Amino acid sequence: MSETKVLTARFGTGADRIDAFVASGGYQAWPKALTMNPADITEMMKTAGLRGRGGAGFPTGVKWGFINRNDAPTYLVCNADEGEPGTFKDRDLMEQDPHQLIEGMAIAAYAIGCTEMYVYIRGEFAYAARQVEQAVGEAYDRGFLGPNVQGSGYGLDMIVHRGAGAYICGEETALLESLEGRRGQPRLRPPFPAQQGLYQRPTVINNVETLACVPHIINNGSEWFRGIGTEKSPGTKIFSISGDVERPGNYEVPFGTPARELIEELAGGVTGGKKLKAWTPGGSSSTPIFGPDKLDTNMDWESVAAAGSLLGTGAIMVFADDACVIRAMARFTHFYAHESCGKCTPCREGTYWLTGMFDRLESGQGREEDLKIMFDVQANIGGRSFCALGDFATAPVISAVKTFEAEAREHIKKKGCPFER
Amino acid sequence: MSDGAEILGVPRIPGPVRGPLSEETRQKCRTLIARYPEPRSALLPILYLIQAEHGFVSREGIREAAGMLDLTPAEVTAVATFYTMYKREPGGKWLISVCTQPPCALRGALNIKKALEDELGIGCGQTDAGNVCSIEEVECLCVCDGAPVVGINYENYEGLDADAVLEIVRTLKAGGTPPAPKRGAVPQPWVAAHEELSGLHGTRDAHVRSTT
Repeated sequence: MSETKVLTARFGTGADRIDAFVASGGYQAWPKALTMNPADITEMMKTAGLRGRGGAGFPTGVKWGFINRNDAPTYLVCNADEGEPGTFKDRDLMEQDPHQLIEGMAIAAYAIGCTEMYVYIRGEFAYAARQVEQAVGEAYDRGFLGPNVQGSGYGLDMIVHRGAGAYICGEETALLESLEGRRGQPRLRPPFPAQQGLYQRPTVINNVETLACVPHIINNGSEWFRGIGTEKSPGTKIFSISGDVERPGNYEVPFGTPARELIEELAGGVTGGKKLKAWTPGGSSSTPIFGPDKLDTNMDWESVAAAGSLLGTGAIMVFADDACVIRAMARFTHFYAHESCGKCTPCREGTYWLTGMFDRLESGQGREEDLKIMFDVQANIGGRSFCALGDFATAPVISAVKTFEAEAREHIKKKGCPFER
Repeated sequence: MSDGAEILGVPRIPGPVRGPLSEETRQKCRTLIARYPEPRSALLPILYLIQAEHGFVSREGIREAAGMLDLTPAEVTAVATFYTMYKREPGGKWLISVCTQPPCALRGALNIKKALEDELGIGCGQTDAGNVCSIEEVECLCVCDGAPVVGINYENYEGLDADAVLEIVRTLKAGGTPPAPKRGAVPQPWVAAHEELSGLHGTRDAHVRSTT
């Protein structure tokens, strides 16, 4: 099988610079959008069925529709705080085609009446942020941003803002807190950002990949977009495939493509012809991680949910049969313990105790009762924290222990990790 | 300079004492403050500028940032201590970040981490004797297609084994500059890297406030 390149079509062609971008059809959608009624643009996103690519899959047009565009100022914030282990699509989109993002953001801003838009880029993404900054400068020079875009009378500014190392800022209200110069801790909702977001003003927050879809929908129409993917998950999706595969990378395919084709064909199968042990359909937040029996799952929101897990950001991490699932889960647990913002006691303390249990298990000092206590910890975090981080910190790893219980018990019995790798 | 810590017997913010910020840095801070509808949004960028000049987020820098933004030093400290990229102590010229999340761990990241610790004789979170290299273990850098990934001043090196990483480290220790990574640029020295992180040069400030 081959990829369906829409968002990644310009990758590797030098279109990170504006001349090549324009030569390949870039910045046609934005001037076109400026001649449209903003409400019609929002309606177009609704009929196209565009859904958020940041993990939740919320309908983008509906999100925009919450904003009263005459209640100025309104804000558009692009969430480019990619941090989910195994995910690297937004980084690639910013590094290789930053103008596509700017164009999508500009159209979204216009649709919600925003004249000053922000992109919040993860601090560690030095190259991606540099690429976006350079593209922003080019867009100003060519009049695609600035006080009078393409002579339309519409003024639009863009500010590139970097984070400083906090996964939680990918949560949209934590991102707003951070952008306002505070600790990145989630806000209580309601009020939702659409009512009181950035600086207490109506705000839309969209993911990079979501916004990158927007110019293509303007150019080609919502029917075209609907024609790709499945009925409820239209369009293409960039799947980030990593771990034990021959060709790790980003692969763009229509929603609903079977995982088997992604892993075995596009990514070249498991490294060295080994057998597949486990894979995540949606990054470290996948609940649960899948075994080989789920390889024929179609990769769209509904099918992955029907198979019992979450599509999330579409990060497929592949583990061969000689990889230790317990060790991987121990790493995930450390990640969440480090990234818990500390606001809610169950998440802050629970993730800390989980790291202790997983480290014990992996180092051969695991105890039979740990396997029970883990479930208890999960039950005490789940649903008891402000945001989803607590749930994602526990449900996936605990479900993995359930799925691979024999492997966990072997660690206890052998007093150590049974895997050499 | 007394902050009452002696009287209260509370611990001081760690790190050595630095002088006031230069007038040049202060001017840059003012540029950033003017960029945003609310001044406090400039705090994260300002902390990068402090780190550029002082090598870490110093208590003097915290006081100045608080003064510029009409915040208390406690409020600024609360923010500075929340984010991983703000350092509380001076480090080496080069910050080497090793990702150990599963996609990297499956491809040899733990070997790289151990090799670095052995070569430099330090653990993660520490700086070598000559103040050349600091090493840290980091969470997913989202470059999993290039695993294992090692960052040097936030430029990423992909797919290197432990020996190749050590070769770069020996170059750094000998006073050389690192090679160009596959993507991105040759890592910049600490000051330039942090000034870039502040976003000082990446936005058209002349436009921003004039149109709104």
